[in-house]
Amino acid sequence: MNAFRFLPALGKAVVLLLFTGFVLGPLTVAVFGGFKSNGELRVNPFGIPQQWDFEFYAAMLGDPAFWRYMGNSLIISLSTVFLTLIVSAAAAYVFAQIRFLGSRMMQAYLLAGLVFPFATAILPLFIKVRDLGLLDSYWAVILPQTAFGLSLSIMLFKTFFEQLPKDLFEAAHVEGCGYVRFFWQFTLPLSTPILATVGVFVFVQSWNNFLLPLVVINSRELFTWPLGMMQFRGEYLAEWNRTLAFISLTILPAVAFFIVAQKYIVAGLTGGAVKG
Amino acid sequence: MTELAAPGLAPSMRSGRRFTSQTSALLLMLPPALVLFTLFVALPLFDAAYYSLFKWDGYGTPTDFIGLDNFKQALGHAVFWQAVRNTLIVLAVSVFVQLPVALGLALLIYEKTPANTLFRLIFFLPFILAEVASGLIWSFVFDGNTGVAAALFHALGMEPVFILADRHWAFAAITLVIVWKYFGFHMMIYIAALQGVPKEMLEAARLEGGGRWAIVRHVQVPMIASAIGVSVFFSIVGSLQLFDVVIPLTNGGPSNSTHTIVTYLYTFGLTRTRIGFGSAVGVMLFVTAVAVAVLYQRQISKGGRS
Repeated sequence: MNAFRFLPALGKAVVLLLFTGFVLGPLTVAVFGGFKSNGELRVNPFGIPQQWDFEFYAAMLGDPAFWRYMGNSLIISLSTVFLTLIVSAAAAYVFAQIRFLGSRMMQAYLLAGLVFPFATAILPLFIKVRDLGLLDSYWAVILPQTAFGLSLSIMLFKTFFEQLPKDLFEAAHVEGCGYVRFFWQFTLPLSTPILATVGVFVFVQSWNNFLLPLVVINSRELFTWPLGMMQFRGEYLAEWNRTLAFISLTILPAVAFFIVAQKYIVAGLTGGAVKG
Repeated sequence: MTELAAPGLAPSMRSGRRFTSQTSALLLMLPPALVLFTLFVALPLFDAAYYSLFKWDGYGTPTDFIGLDNFKQALGHAVFWQAVRNTLIVLAVSVFVQLPVALGLALLIYEKTPANTLFRLIFFLPFILAEVASGLIWSFVFDGNTGVAAALFHALGMEPVFILADRHWAFAAITLVIVWKYFGFHMMIYIAALQGVPKEMLEAARLEGGGRWAIVRHVQVPMIASAIGVSVFFSIVGSLQLFDVVIPLTNGGPSNSTHTIVTYLYTFGLTRTRIGFGSAVGVMLFVTAVAVAVLYQRQISKGGRS
């Protein structure tokens, strides 16, 4: 009997640890790799560094280009989050609160963005951005990202707003509070959980976005970090340790952010997944 | 909110005021979303359909009308079919390898205990990392000179193989990275669904003498069928838009053997400024994605009715 209980538990532990190794192995290899000289990397690619060499991390941290890439990504991501939250919450509020002719049609139109991959329109999008004179600017990334994030965000916001108590609005309306003011004064403050969920979700997508910046940004001054990293890799082909230090420095804040915000990330993903 | 916003239906001052307030809300709060969406999502799609009929390098206005020639060219291009095949391989790996792995792990750790929470976090972690960073890390792992793979071959006394430069192995390596990156996401979908299965049902099955495996097969898996549908749907959509991971790993090479549809579109459409041709590929991708979504919706409503 004991063996029957013990074996499945052991099997479970082995499976979980194997997958933990599979997931964390490459990440650890990258972090350690940034501490190794190229000579050591050759003979000891995945072990703990025999000699901890801080030079490569220090070089990255002292490189203004690295900080500029991170700064560009931060500006673009925060602007995208801000714009997406305002624009989609406003639209979702109208759909949830006001009945008007064409409401369903407009919702169907805006939600159509859920069904097709962003990449299908990347070439015309490039032309559009160029014709608007936005090429090689922050807006070239921020505006299309916001537009493509609208469908999911509007859906999540609308579901949330419909669950807010209705009598609150009736009471406010008697007091002379109109729709727009009610949105600012009551709906938004009551919606922090969904604002956080959508915000975190949009932020991660923007922070990691590669295809759009690749297509619409040319000058290195405006590179986001994924573009900067690919550029860097191309320049230091023979020096893996420098690239690994770069990667690790971008992964660490991502992991920290993930641990702090994981509740919202998971909620946004599974919420979006189950309803979408 | 049950009142219709029509001017004739405003008998009192109050509903008149409400109408004004509704109108200003409509005029103020809806247009930003509509304008942004139209400008950057809807119009580019129509443009794609239009451009796809021209031979056009993106400068000036498209004038060289060639009908469906771009489509014919793509459909007659061996690399295009290789990209389609690769996309199908990703899909097959997602459904036949990743899905069972994710489901199995979800069954192991769906219950809320501190240890399970930790494993859940770890397995989900790759999903939030940037595809480009993940691809670069793995391209180091697979590197034939300094990578883990090189050490492995060395330990086995074999000549190192440059996996990512090998036509036979490169795409297999990419699918491994895809599983690494995305199995945690699918696992989370299953965990959310498994936690929604009523405890009483599991208890009842256990009292009837159902073993662990029988409960999994006859209670838990059927109960989360819709989550499995969601997961398959995401696998399809994901494989259709795969791009970021492939670029740092192989960039479509060696000799164009590892393209996906989007890297194909990017390489042969944008980098060679063949906007018309790339748009044609985009249109085909769009039609496929919409067809998948429609089939999925139909499947769901069928499941809901029966």
